[in-house]
Amino acid sequence: MKMTKAKRVRLIYNIVTFALVIGAFIILQSMIANKTISRSLKGQLVPICCWIVMAVSLNLVIGISGELSLGHAGFMSVGAYTGAVVSGALLNIWDIQDTTLRLVIAIAAGGILAGIVGALIGIPVLRLRGDYLAIVTLAFGEIIRSLVNVLYIGAGDGKLHFSFLNKELPEGVTMLVDGAKGAVKIKPISTFAAGFILILITLVVVLNLVNSRAGRAIKACRDNRIAAESMGVNVTKYKMMAFVTAAVLAGMAGALYGLNSSTVVPTQFTFNQSINVLVFVVLGGLGNVLGSIVSATLLTVLPEVLRAFADYRMLVYAVVLILVMIFTNNPTIRAFVNRLISPFRKKDSVGGEAR
Amino acid sequence: MIFLDNLINGLSLGSIYAIIALGYTMVYGIAKMLNFAHGDVIMIGAYIAFCGLQYWGLPPVVAILVAMAVCTLLGVTIEGLAYRPLRQAASLAVLITAIGMSYLLQNIALMIWGANPKSFPRTFINNSILRLGGLSMSSATVFTILTNIVVMVVLNLFISHTKLGKAMRCVSEDRGAAELMGIKVNRTISATFAIGSALAAIAGVLLCSSYPILQPTTGSMPGIKAFTAAVFGGIGSIPGAMLGGVLLGVIEIFGKAYISTELGDALVFAVLIVVLLVKPTGLLGKPVREKV
Repeated sequence: MKMTKAKRVRLIYNIVTFALVIGAFIILQSMIANKTISRSLKGQLVPICCWIVMAVSLNLVIGISGELSLGHAGFMSVGAYTGAVVSGALLNIWDIQDTTLRLVIAIAAGGILAGIVGALIGIPVLRLRGDYLAIVTLAFGEIIRSLVNVLYIGAGDGKLHFSFLNKELPEGVTMLVDGAKGAVKIKPISTFAAGFILILITLVVVLNLVNSRAGRAIKACRDNRIAAESMGVNVTKYKMMAFVTAAVLAGMAGALYGLNSSTVVPTQFTFNQSINVLVFVVLGGLGNVLGSIVSATLLTVLPEVLRAFADYRMLVYAVVLILVMIFTNNPTIRAFVNRLISPFRKKDSVGGEAR
Repeated sequence: MIFLDNLINGLSLGSIYAIIALGYTMVYGIAKMLNFAHGDVIMIGAYIAFCGLQYWGLPPVVAILVAMAVCTLLGVTIEGLAYRPLRQAASLAVLITAIGMSYLLQNIALMIWGANPKSFPRTFINNSILRLGGLSMSSATVFTILTNIVVMVVLNLFISHTKLGKAMRCVSEDRGAAELMGIKVNRTISATFAIGSALAAIAGVLLCSSYPILQPTTGSMPGIKAFTAAVFGGIGSIPGAMLGGVLLGVIEIFGKAYISTELGDALVFAVLIVVLLVKPTGLLGKPVREKV
């Protein structure tokens, strides 16, 4: 069977993406084995994996599905809290010492709960459009943050104790979530290998979804909702599919992130964090998975390497957001750039892939 | 008595939201974009007024006027530099630009004034306590409510009777047709930003008179809530922004007083979600028919 050109391009793109991730993992693992890796970079490995998954999953919502979600950190916090509680419960109630098993169950639970929350949010929210959707996802992120601020969970007597608003737990329980103090006394069990596997899962899910029938439907809804609807595409269903998938992935990333440190506090998952991920996505290119991976990695490592830059990080991010948007969307500037690069373009690429 | 106290506090907070919401609703109605940076223009206005009062020793009225002038200039500059090149672009691109602008303003404020909260000085707005029967309230409360009423009346007169006001309504109705009729669309949009930003400066001063803690993030939460208020009232509608703002302020204060202090913000956002589900056009908004 002969492959069409678009298919071949896609295949090459996917192979490059996977090769890059796997190659980076092998290099980093051998660096860890040789102990040639710097301490600060080693500490950053798991967070980098989390931010890559966050960026790729947000790209699914923004770039592929075309909806601006500003509450992505909210799903991450759901995952982080669930992960911490589940891991704590497994250790304190069922006395499971195997860290790998705990980590896997915690990540799965984080993903599932974030997915449920995503579905609950998605049902009302995805009926809205454009700016409204952005502001409502933002509102949901803030609501989740307010709620976990007054949530108390303790483990003891062979079961979990929940209380809300007021700390009314029986004496002698092990606190897992302590209101504004966040999830406390977490035993860090995340590993770089787990992060790597999570990235692979994310890539398989996202790339397959994008290149499937459902993915084409999602992109059709993005490009022209009315046209897609009149072709019989169920817009809400496909938008929901992208949104919930992204929520599940963000929840899994959150669980991994939460179990990488000893505490998780609600202020880690503010609106600023959502914007951070948004910057990764925009800078990497809307709809470009490989771009998200590269920009998430670089923008997580750079502030650590360039201390002087760290103070101006958010300022630079803001300017980058504005400039990227103006340069990619202003018709005059685009025409100008196209004229500059057109002599270097191959002739056959002009009529190539339809966009 | 506690009920009345709460009600008056709610009205005062709601008035601040209403004035901010005016900026959102006018820009949304005319430029069809969500100006995310509006909340941060409030913060800049409050900082300028703070500097005027604290460092430059200006009389309060002059300080407020200076703040209004700076914010007007800022609003027009933001529109010209960041939003105008994207006039034809998709709304996603404009929204991301506006978020970037919001962050830019916050970080500029952080560099100029630092992260430490500043305490807003006392002025004629908030230096006395008024007693009315058994009620005692800060003069800031009364000033805020009065200012809100004045702004509402003046703005309504402006929109319905002046030439520029009519131009604004035209552009909001149909930009293309307005352009064909010889209305300068870009100039009208700039004027809208100017008015919205001047109102933001007033809102900033009122906000910091009631809640005198000033830091680079001061504007973002009231900004988001005011946008909620604008949606609640029906975005694009000026009386709607007023109504939505006041109602939202009352809901927030009552929620904090009778349900839970921590959940006040969550309650406000829950209101937004319910409104958007039940009546997405808001209380006073007009339904928009979709054109293919």
